[in-house]
Amino acid sequence: MERGNRYSRRPTDIYFYATCLVDLFCPEAGMDAISLIEREGVTVHFPEDQTCCGQPAYTSGFADEARAVALTQMQLFPNDWPVIIPSGSCAGIMRHHYPKLFADDPPLKAQAEALAERVFELSEFLLNVLKVQWQDTGPPTTVTLHTSCAARREMGTHEHARALLAQLPNVNVALQAHESECCGFGGTFSLKHPSISSAMAGDKADALKETGAEAFISADCGCMMNINQTLQKRGDAFQGKHLASFLCARLANSGEKA
Amino acid sequence: MNTVQENTQALKFIPASEFKNRTTEAVSDQHLRQSFRGAMDFLMAKRAAQFPDLAAFEAQRGLAEHIRKYSLSRLPDLLEQLERTLTANGIQVHWAENAEQANALIVGIARKHAAKLMVKGKSMVSEETELNHAMAAAGIEALESDMGEYIVQLNGEKPSHIIMPAIHKTKVQIAKLFAEKVPGANYTESVDELIGIGRAVLREKFMTAEIGLSGVNFAVAETGTLCLVENEGNGRMCTTVPNVHIAITGIEKVVEKLEHVPPLFGLLTRSATGQAITTYFNMISRPRQPGEKDGPQEVHLVLLDNGRTQAYADEQMRATLQCIRCGACMNHCPVYTRIGGHAYGTTYPGPIGEIISPHLMGLAATHALPTASTLCGACDEVCPVKIPIPDLLIRLRGEATHDPRPGHAPLVGQGAAKSTLMNIVWAGWAALYTRPALYRAFGWLATRFRFLTPPVQSGWTVSRTPMKPASRTLHELVARRRSGR
Repeated sequence: MERGNRYSRRPTDIYFYATCLVDLFCPEAGMDAISLIEREGVTVHFPEDQTCCGQPAYTSGFADEARAVALTQMQLFPNDWPVIIPSGSCAGIMRHHYPKLFADDPPLKAQAEALAERVFELSEFLLNVLKVQWQDTGPPTTVTLHTSCAARREMGTHEHARALLAQLPNVNVALQAHESECCGFGGTFSLKHPSISSAMAGDKADALKETGAEAFISADCGCMMNINQTLQKRGDAFQGKHLASFLCARLANSGEKA
Repeated sequence: MNTVQENTQALKFIPASEFKNRTTEAVSDQHLRQSFRGAMDFLMAKRAAQFPDLAAFEAQRGLAEHIRKYSLSRLPDLLEQLERTLTANGIQVHWAENAEQANALIVGIARKHAAKLMVKGKSMVSEETELNHAMAAAGIEALESDMGEYIVQLNGEKPSHIIMPAIHKTKVQIAKLFAEKVPGANYTESVDELIGIGRAVLREKFMTAEIGLSGVNFAVAETGTLCLVENEGNGRMCTTVPNVHIAITGIEKVVEKLEHVPPLFGLLTRSATGQAITTYFNMISRPRQPGEKDGPQEVHLVLLDNGRTQAYADEQMRATLQCIRCGACMNHCPVYTRIGGHAYGTTYPGPIGEIISPHLMGLAATHALPTASTLCGACDEVCPVKIPIPDLLIRLRGEATHDPRPGHAPLVGQGAAKSTLMNIVWAGWAALYTRPALYRAFGWLATRFRFLTPPVQSGWTVSRTPMKPASRTLHELVARRRSGR
């Protein structure tokens, strides 16, 4: 569980892998994640040739197409630096599913396994590797946390994100009903089964709102868009923020370490 | 009880194209949604209370997984050993490749005994073969004696859950059903009285039935023992009172040794209903012996394949057969909770149904089922035998949309969902995401022309605002910051 052990010394450099959703739809969350890492004195490298981890094709059963994309992404990280991903599900794909994708090709499988060792979801990296210690500068607020399913079950993000939020004394984290239940996004699932997906997203939006929190926090752009846009369609002002953006705003005036 | 026979209908194989309509209908049924949510919450809480220590649970299910994998690795041997030991014990063993053969065998045995009535303990395999329909066609009444099965049979329905067949029904619905369909029954909403009504009907039937039918939870090869897990005692009645007992099960239920049963049994009951143990655990090893005062004169076992060997033949998909039918995957499935069991149109609903039905019914009829999952992994997390359900769903999505992989035999219905359009879409997707310069150009255009975002985006905008690109991609924001602009 303590993957931070692999980097017992603080890394001086990291690769930042934004994911296609963050790149196109939530770039501010990506910039905020980069700031969170940089303020700890770590140099952030952004491989320009990054596109997508391959998840949509992989989960749709189009393994060849997923493999082709995954192969190009695996070449982007030549140095032995950690790869930080501000999304549990994309991090889960690189850590757990790339080795499966290349199971029939030993050299590539070995490469995928070596990469998997270096992949961290953002909150896990901040907590266990950089061991951040923060000073909360924001006003008192109550938020609630939605953790994506892959983040929860493949990356343990629900615990890491909660531990990070617990460092902020002015932030109260309310627990929603059916906290561990999926929000109904599921990538292409939301397009293939819109009625089931909408029912799930609606229930999740209700549960988050019923906590009375000012906002919900999510470490996954996919869930956040699914829930936020469901709320927007209802004309509801209650919205979610990416964990990186929320943390950045809380720490804004606490002095740069870097 | 003639109504029962009239209501016994053949399982309608639902065309894949209808699955979406069924789900759309189901999610808009607020009553159904509420009753499944409530029931599943109850079952999840009961189960969770049985596994307070996650590390202990992981150890237990690791053992259970190992037992199931080991049993399957020796499946042909164990089945032959089971046949030998059962035969030596005086139990007659029959093999059925498909549902028709299984039903014909059972009808044949019933005819030999000039049977008019068969009482049935709970058996999902007999649901799978549509046995009741075959018996009705042969002029023999088949009466369900599990209370939930009795209710759905009375209403001419299929079970909506493998453990709790009538979970979709409310107390009031059952009260009305009994008053209408059970001769002489008065309307009552008292659960105890309702059960009393059913019990009175069944008690008489147990006494007169010539045949008792049951399922099997575990078949022990070394000792020739059929184990049956139940709560109501109806299973024991079915297997001891009538003169002939016929057990039916899938070929995957065999284990080698008696000592392999307790770890599986303990996880089965706690995963299914949150019980440390069920009220009854029956171990059946032979027919009535000379000098014994009760028990059937004849015991038969029907071993059914019905597509299981297709899963068995594939190294990855063999894990599907590890299932011990606890139903925890459906109790924890957010999709099952929203649509209920009937929407699937299969004997086995929920996550396990999505991965086993393609083998039992072919991918042509079932290819939409594996797509009805967000791959959230809730099933994976609770499965007591560690079936990697999400991985198997992804695998089946691939098999449904592609020709067989090199060196693999085609599945029944292989490639049933193949689509030229989807092939083009994914080829285009791969072309874009393997070409970084092209991808960046795409991002540049998508952000510059974001005002052209279509207001209607297929299923997405049914309940959401449209997906609209940001004004600049992260690629551009990073580049801009680096160049100090």
